Amino acid sequence: MTDIFKLLKGNPEDSDYKKKGVIVQGITGAYGSLHAKNMISYGTNIVAGVTPGKGGQKFEGKVPIYNTVKEAVDVTGAKISIVFVPAKFFLDAAKDALEAGIKLLVAIPEHVPVRDTMEALELATQKGAVIIGPNTPGIMIPELIKIGIMPPTPFKAGRIVVLSKSGTLLYEICDALTNAGFGQSITIGVGGDPINGTRMIDAFEMVKDIPDLEGLVIIGEIGGDSEEVLAQRIIDIGFKKPTVAYIAGRAAPKEKRMGHAGAIVMGTYGSAESKVSMFNRANIPVAKRPSQVPVLLAGKMQKSD
Amino acid sequence: MRLLEFQAKELFREYGINLLPSRASKTIEEAKTYAKELGYPFVIKIQVPVGGRGKAGGIQKCQNDDELELKYPQILGLTIKGEKARAILLEKMADIKKELYLSMFLNRSKRCYTIIASPEGGVEIESVKNQIIKEVGLGNVSDEIAREVAKEMKLEGKLADDFADILKKLAKLTVEKEAELAEINPLAIMQDGSLMALDGKFVTDDNSNFRHDELQKYQEKTEIEERAEKSGFSLVELDGDIAVVGNGAGLVMSTLDMLSDNGGKPACFLDVGGGATTESVYEALTLISKMSRVKGILVNLYGGIVKTTVVAEAFLKAYEDNLINLPVFSRLKGTESEKAKEMLKNSRTKIYDSIEDAINAAVLGIKK
Repeated sequence: MTDIFKLLKGNPEDSDYKKKGVIVQGITGAYGSLHAKNMISYGTNIVAGVTPGKGGQKFEGKVPIYNTVKEAVDVTGAKISIVFVPAKFFLDAAKDALEAGIKLLVAIPEHVPVRDTMEALELATQKGAVIIGPNTPGIMIPELIKIGIMPPTPFKAGRIVVLSKSGTLLYEICDALTNAGFGQSITIGVGGDPINGTRMIDAFEMVKDIPDLEGLVIIGEIGGDSEEVLAQRIIDIGFKKPTVAYIAGRAAPKEKRMGHAGAIVMGTYGSAESKVSMFNRANIPVAKRPSQVPVLLAGKMQKSD
Repeated sequence: MRLLEFQAKELFREYGINLLPSRASKTIEEAKTYAKELGYPFVIKIQVPVGGRGKAGGIQKCQNDDELELKYPQILGLTIKGEKARAILLEKMADIKKELYLSMFLNRSKRCYTIIASPEGGVEIESVKNQIIKEVGLGNVSDEIAREVAKEMKLEGKLADDFADILKKLAKLTVEKEAELAEINPLAIMQDGSLMALDGKFVTDDNSNFRHDELQKYQEKTEIEERAEKSGFSLVELDGDIAVVGNGAGLVMSTLDMLSDNGGKPACFLDVGGGATTESVYEALTLISKMSRVKGILVNLYGGIVKTTVVAEAFLKAYEDNLINLPVFSRLKGTESEKAKEMLKNSRTKIYDSIEDAINAAVLGIKK
């Protein structure tokens, strides 16, 4: 099992404990440079950028840029990379990173062809690496490290884990949680694509044994069956931490793609009813609207006291 | 993109999968010409990108010219699950011995391509217990796997060979066109012992469009959809009267749900994507102004760093340019919201502190 905290923070004896280096692929693009700056100001240790053909330059006068991830890794030893390249170049960027020894690849681009994601995943499995995304807002330990595009204001350090298919709903619900006094220990955006590098269930396996975990929030949406699979797993292992879910897309018509490539109901497969009924079976309340999530979570916590 | 039956069959034909003679038509005149070519009897089938055509009366037999002239306009005028006929397919009648099921699809939870086959075809696969399921990684189906599936289907001799051959062709088609689903239902065993694809469903991965110029002829988009795509928006038109706009697919879906819970009827799902700017919100309002059924606009923007004044400017400009004259109910999360409220004080746009308040006001405001 991937120890996601170890990947993100390192070991206490490391000289760079809690300051692990992160490489930004596509750092010179408009989107990549904006978010590289935002991540740096959040405190993420951005050690290198990669843009083919721009090796030797410096980003913001400080961060060295390399032509390939291999060069960046050789110099910095970084094991984490975040990718901002256009969707059609994602597979090449992912291969470059995984071949160079990157162990955590955060894939931001939307509209990556499913086939390319599957190929990248096959390579990641061979190399023992984890891909988060594509089409993800990223991953963060609030007030410590942000590898993604999320605005900082909704998040606060704490002991709730939040897993989400959607970006804006992650912000919206974390905002509500933070205002209600529920900080977050980690938030993982699994992404809105049909094929996820890290599925809901994989993300759950990464976080379920956190010693001081106080609660879990699952933000799902129509399409696929990753919420159902996760609910079944929660039943199977008898996971007892207070858990609340939210599912977007109850009012969406069938067989229409609702913005995300993965948000589509085919027949009964992927329907909100199917997800809600599985969560009910797992004794997990499902919020009707984002603002209800902290209320239900507080209710669950009282019951478990 | 979901192809129509006749388009899926064009691809099947190209890949050598056996089909009955058929022609797609758009008018009764065309159909009459094709009728001579095919000869009676044949079936006429409505071409819509949704299932349930048979139940809705969209598939009919024609024995002669009189029947064709009677039934063709009836089918052409049908609306099935909100979808109007794109064409009518004329297809030769067939003597069927048995109906099978065969498909290859992108298995989201297993993250690989998967074959589903069943000796019970012609019905919805979800209702069939007797399913043969085989995971095939990135979709390469070897001779060995194809034969294994044929064996599990309890097919023998030439029939087993033909089935394995069709499965390999379907797999090749799925992989080469980057399909999410390629389905033959039913795959019929004919009286003469041959195998034929009687119906076809084919869904491609839109994100791979840039590699498939050859499929773009199947793309059908309204002017509004085209403009939305150009701006990087996601748009789904619905039949209600309140347009729903926001940033992020999850947030817009969530807004749609809450609006429906409160008795409102969404007219569209419009995700302007990433950040919100004066330009993107103005373009969203432009698209909505072209939808005649819209009586009000509900806006839900969550911008951690978006300045709400920037969005307010778009509303003001839209009124000033006479682009819209509709009430706008908005919730804008971001900075400078007090200033934005002040800017919009005398306009038909109101800013609310929570989405719940905005929705209540919209539902009440539209009813009036």
